[in-house]
Amino acid sequence: MTNLGRRRLIDRLMRRLAALAAGLVVLPLVVIFGFLLYQGGTAVNLDFFTQLPKPVGEPGGGMVNAIVGSLVLLGLAGLLGLPAGILAGLYLAESRDRRLTWLVRFLADVLNGVPSIVIGIFAYTVVVLPMRGFSALAGGIALAIIMIPVVLRTTEEMVRLVPASLREAALALGIPEWKVILRVVVPTARAGMVTGAMVAIARIAGETAPLLFTAFGNRFWHQGLDEPIAALPLQIFAYAIAPYDDWHRQAWAGALVLIALVFLVSLVARFATRRPGGA
Amino acid sequence: MADGIRVLSLSAWFGSQRVLRNVFVNIAPNEVTAIIGPSGCGKSTFIRCLNRMHEVVPGARADGRVLLNGEDVYAPGTDPVTIRRRIGMVFQKPNPFPTMSVFDNVAAGLRLAGVRNRAALHEAVERALGQAALWDEVKDSLGKSGASLSGGQQQRLCIARALAVGPEVLLMDEPSSALDPIATAKIEELILELKKDLMVVIVTHNMQQAARVADATGFFLLGELVEFARTREIFTSPRDKRTEDYITGRFG
Repeated sequence: MTNLGRRRLIDRLMRRLAALAAGLVVLPLVVIFGFLLYQGGTAVNLDFFTQLPKPVGEPGGGMVNAIVGSLVLLGLAGLLGLPAGILAGLYLAESRDRRLTWLVRFLADVLNGVPSIVIGIFAYTVVVLPMRGFSALAGGIALAIIMIPVVLRTTEEMVRLVPASLREAALALGIPEWKVILRVVVPTARAGMVTGAMVAIARIAGETAPLLFTAFGNRFWHQGLDEPIAALPLQIFAYAIAPYDDWHRQAWAGALVLIALVFLVSLVARFATRRPGGA
Repeated sequence: MADGIRVLSLSAWFGSQRVLRNVFVNIAPNEVTAIIGPSGCGKSTFIRCLNRMHEVVPGARADGRVLLNGEDVYAPGTDPVTIRRRIGMVFQKPNPFPTMSVFDNVAAGLRLAGVRNRAALHEAVERALGQAALWDEVKDSLGKSGASLSGGQQQRLCIARALAVGPEVLLMDEPSSALDPIATAKIEELILELKKDLMVVIVTHNMQQAARVADATGFFLLGELVEFARTREIFTSPRDKRTEDYITGRFG
């Protein structure tokens, strides 16, 4: 009996500890979000989403150019990084060449660990210097390089999770291997692949360092993809270190919008990964 | 023309391990042939060699000749894809494509082979589902996910999927070992029905099943075809001592 009592006590203690740990994990996010709402909530208004930044000393204005700029950069990065990452991931999962796939996988992991500022310098050297100017394109390329290993590894893992029995069923129907991959394997893994892509986009949405000397930032509308472009993280950085209270408030608001953007992307990913049941 | 499958000196390996040794056998057309034997004796490998599915596994290879109505399945330059269209396969666990509806599952083989004509697809799907004795149960829910069916229905869906392509032979790898007795009985009934249109080769762990459905039976042991004869003979007067030991339950 005493033994049972002791076990119950330990059980209750462990449950509480586990619940506490779970709470601690969520706490930082809740605190950050609450703090951002408190600090930046008042500055998020219609102007913020529709106006360009005002000249120094003039209050008001918004960050519409940075919001659009961030979306343009994410779009560019996605356009360059997603196809490369997805196709390479498929290759890793399907190829029978063990040595080559091992090498690619290893290098992708190394690339994943390269600090983002280093990738920024790389893009500066190979894109900005030859083009003789900062540009949206350079920023997009830097972000794409950061997202490729993330997309590649999640795609590979998801494709590997597709049961061999499905592959065999399709092959046994006399379907050529490439069609089996495209029409049976990929659709089965699609939900996971979409999540991987979303996670990668969320990851690069907040990247600042690689944009410092590629996209560079811009207080006005960008004039083309070969011109400097504003981005939320850059704008937040510029405003946060400026000596004006109004700018500080706007920096907080920008951070809030950025987090909301990431939150939205994660939410879309959650919905996309729900398996279509029934019909 | 239709002289069935002749297997000449077939051997198979996984890496350096030899799992089939010099198998010679003639499988008659319009019959059901059962393959029995203890686990790991090579019976699954044997039927997977018939439609060149064995080589799908990394490191696996086969050697020998398999003549399907006189044509060598392993002749140089033969595309395994065309062979698999002529020799269909049903697996141990029902494996409908989870992202496809009942209709799309059955249509998959034809569609992915390039058939676009909707009327032709509909006709083929209805015919295959009818052959698999599943049409009456699913005709009102063709749009539902294939994974929403019961286990027995899923297996008949897989049979329909294999039949839709119009194969000359249907290979079945323990098709009812994951099913309950009622679903098993339905599959067996179906096999006897299918015999009218095509050859069936079935691997089974269940000797009663072999006795119920098969005209001819082969007994494999350690990668060798020990005995191949009419089913009645195998079960009543086996020639080989090892066959007798196995069917009387002395091992395996």
